[in-house]
Amino acid sequence: MQLVLEKRTERSNTIALVSPLIAIALTIVTMLILFAILGKNPLLALHAYFIAPLTDGYSLQEIAVKATPLVMIAIGLSLCYLANAWNIGAEGQFLIGAVAGGWIAVKTQGTDAGAWVLPAMLVLAAAAGALYALIPAICKVKFGASEILTSLMLVYVAELFLDYLVRGPWRDPHGFNFPTTAEFDPVATVPLLIEGGRLHLGSIIALLVVAATAILLGRTIKGFEIRVVGAAPRAARFGGFNANQLIILTFAVSGALAGLAGMIEVAGPIGHLQPGISPGYGFTAIIVAFLGRLNPIGILIAGLFLALTFIGGEQAQITMKIPLDVTKVFQGILLFYVLACDSLILYRFKLVFPNRQVARGTG
Amino acid sequence: MRKPLLALAAGLLLAGSVSAASAAEKLKVGFIYLGPIGDLGWTYQHDLGRQALVKELGDQIETTYLENVPEGPDAERSIEQLVRAGNKLIFTTSFGYMDPTLKVAKKYPNVHFEHATGYKRNPNMSTYSAKWYQGRYIQGLIAAKMSKSGVLGYIGSFPIPEVVSGINATMVAAQTINPNIKVKIIWANTWFDPGKEADAAKALIDQGADVIMQHTDSPAAMQIASERGKLAFGQDSEMIKFGPKTQLTSILDTWGPYYIERVKAELAGTWKSEDSWGGLDSHMFAMAPYTNMPDDVKKIAEDAQAAITAGKLHPFKCPVVGQDGKEIECKGGANLDDGQILGMNFYIKGIDDKLPGK
Amino acid sequence: MELVEAIILAVLAASTPLLIAATGELVTERAGVLNLGVEGMMIVGAACGFAGAWLTGSIFIGALFGIVAGTAMSLIFALMALGLAVNQVATGLALTILGIGLSGLIGAGFVGERIKPAVDLYIPGLTDIPLVGRVLFGENAFVYCSIALIIGVWWFLYRTRAGLILRACGDNHVSAHALGYPVLRIRTFAVMFGGACAGLAGAYLPLAYTPFFIPGMTAGRGWIALALVVFSSWRPGRLVVGAYLFGAVTILQLHAQGWGVGIPSQFMSALPYLATVIVLVLLSRARTGGSTAPAALGTVFVPDR
Repeated sequence: MQLVLEKRTERSNTIALVSPLIAIALTIVTMLILFAILGKNPLLALHAYFIAPLTDGYSLQEIAVKATPLVMIAIGLSLCYLANAWNIGAEGQFLIGAVAGGWIAVKTQGTDAGAWVLPAMLVLAAAAGALYALIPAICKVKFGASEILTSLMLVYVAELFLDYLVRGPWRDPHGFNFPTTAEFDPVATVPLLIEGGRLHLGSIIALLVVAATAILLGRTIKGFEIRVVGAAPRAARFGGFNANQLIILTFAVSGALAGLAGMIEVAGPIGHLQPGISPGYGFTAIIVAFLGRLNPIGILIAGLFLALTFIGGEQAQITMKIPLDVTKVFQGILLFYVLACDSLILYRFKLVFPNRQVARGTG
Repeated sequence: MRKPLLALAAGLLLAGSVSAASAAEKLKVGFIYLGPIGDLGWTYQHDLGRQALVKELGDQIETTYLENVPEGPDAERSIEQLVRAGNKLIFTTSFGYMDPTLKVAKKYPNVHFEHATGYKRNPNMSTYSAKWYQGRYIQGLIAAKMSKSGVLGYIGSFPIPEVVSGINATMVAAQTINPNIKVKIIWANTWFDPGKEADAAKALIDQGADVIMQHTDSPAAMQIASERGKLAFGQDSEMIKFGPKTQLTSILDTWGPYYIERVKAELAGTWKSEDSWGGLDSHMFAMAPYTNMPDDVKKIAEDAQAAITAGKLHPFKCPVVGQDGKEIECKGGANLDDGQILGMNFYIKGIDDKLPGK
Repeated sequence: MELVEAIILAVLAASTPLLIAATGELVTERAGVLNLGVEGMMIVGAACGFAGAWLTGSIFIGALFGIVAGTAMSLIFALMALGLAVNQVATGLALTILGIGLSGLIGAGFVGERIKPAVDLYIPGLTDIPLVGRVLFGENAFVYCSIALIIGVWWFLYRTRAGLILRACGDNHVSAHALGYPVLRIRTFAVMFGGACAGLAGAYLPLAYTPFFIPGMTAGRGWIALALVVFSSWRPGRLVVGAYLFGAVTILQLHAQGWGVGIPSQFMSALPYLATVIVLVLLSRARTGGSTAPAALGTVFVPDR
């Protein structure tokens, strides 16, 4: 007798609703045990992680700031993944976008360039991100090279390219040789939404992207095409949909969004180019895309939720002196629970008896 | 099973609220760290400073730290989180926190900030750093005395002025002992990657260096020098455990006295924005015991240390000659001024290498 | 000549952890599973390996601790990605987050401690041969182990029936299942092997490379191992070449600096990754009908019953 997974004939809507609740319940139980072992008060810890950050405007803003790049990148990735195109190099596209747009900021520094600077930066960043994403897409379509791996390789190249620029040609001449560009001029900076806070225009752009994607997927033929190609490639071929074209398209869109996110992050919260402008946003966004079940609204919620755990982790470090490593373990466990529970939307467990298995070799 | 756990929870809740109540009257002091507190180098030493602070003033203050804070978009939030948690004096301990610290400082004029190794200040934001080049000068003397091959190996992190001035100070000193001394420099392009630091140390030794100096954080280079029977200097922390027969001395970041002094000022209400750039005389750093060297070398080192501490010896005494053979403009009278050292972006004569980015 | 020997020794030392971890991942990927959690498994292997060696005083037991820890981590991955059919990319990334946290917790008590590193082989006469003596007969056990591993994997994949079946699972799990092979069980073993290798590779760092533990000491080597598997186009022979080439570029770049050669170091560092992309494209192009990657790589498989 053994327990096996079996595909449901149709996705379970009940589980889809209940699954996050189960995952959170499991996480809470695990945390109660974990924190009891570590000698920390589990209830206070739970409060610090999940409740405290939601209780004041400042923390809410910070959650939005942290979630902005994650959501934007994850939305683009979800389009790729829906179309069965595996872009995992968003981190590189994020960096290249920031570098390309940052070029305008660096070159116009100290000049009396007008209000066109920021829009031009954003457009160029999106274009550069898209072009950088097209490299793996074209390698895939033309030569059959695995896009998972080429897109991953290009992340390192982008990191080193940025590193070279800020340590070499673009280094702030008055920055004592430290590897950063000079602070961007005000015209090259993303405007803030609330005086004294850090919430910026980028969060609005992210929301627009979410809305546009929801419409694209739900109400347009292109969206339908993306979903069909991913879910039923054979049917899509019969329907005359061109899978290769969609790979190119979705890669370009996700690259553009990642590049845009990179530019917004650099021209917003950071204010200059430097190595390490991304604490792994491109990779974390992959998790966000799956947590959000590749659905725009889901991704918005998942991005905010993950941002909450980052802010909460800091609160826990400050108020309860819980080491960062514990927060990492906690995040890992939480992700596992959420992903595992979501699996039950498409699959169910079934008990089988070995003698009923297909006999070996007889097909 | 459920009962004990609940009881435990209730007990902890109670304990938590009690400590929160008594903490209300204590001054809260926050720290932002770049690495994990167990990095055995930079962050480790800052945390030792914090612990010294707690030991000295623990009954009047409460400290909090955030570790592994990247020098990117998260730094500003982390600093602000500390402010919002009620910390009144906040130490941000890496160069990359400069702009984020300044932004938060402007937003919270009633909170005091201390930023390590930067150059931007505000009425409520001080900077502090140490004149490590003084220690490097002493190391240069020892290295030239101890080297048989006449080739020193230097592992740099990044070509920033702090590191460049260290290399120059080493060579100024070494040339007084052996005018033909050579230095081989390898940039690891990281502060911290034990494997890469070890590889760099191997490469330097294989190219003929017999005294290894480092400006990266881990004890890996010390370890390799020890394996190969060469000599080496530690960095940031005491590394003699990793090379009992290898370590000549080490520049120890001793932040404790400074942290205690600044917190006392805060408690007394006399804190004001300053630029503290302390040398051997102000105990911003210390030299680990001089070991694995003959007495005459030890004496040279000790004499130099005494002279520098007393202000009688300046490592960058004029004339300082650049790589091109031209004298560097002497802005400080008898020696280079602080600005020239803080922004040092050239090699002195006798270094056969090209400064990256030049 | 001594310098050449020294450089070769340094290259071997730098390449060995990459080779071991990549060997494991190669088998995992050949079975059709993409585990991006190599870095996480490695760092836990490093922490546990050091803990084992420090507590028992034995490098061998330390290495075993590393292997067990890496395998345990990979079982979490197997449970998620194979047992529950969760997306492999997301699971692998989550595994890395978990691994970095766990290693910090495990290793916290051992920071600042040191151990005696693994000893190098010494055979009088043989080890003393100039130039090749130390390279061939003067390495530590991990280096020989890495060579044995990759030869063993080559033999297994191409010369045994089990290897053929494993590759079949990676190329077409539906057919393999139809033929009656237990796809999920085979994949679980492949994932466990990958975890064991990653754990061993992680343990190599504090046991042989730099004999102390510091959080984060793998410094991205797990990701490089992933790149190497691609670079090798899933062939054990090319993996050896790739790993040593990568090690050689790293070491020679340091030597070039010592010699005063002024090429931006970032350019040198980017070369292996660019080479990987180009190699991948060329290899894929050379074949008609697509990539050399295992066809089912990274895809979910749930048997129909």
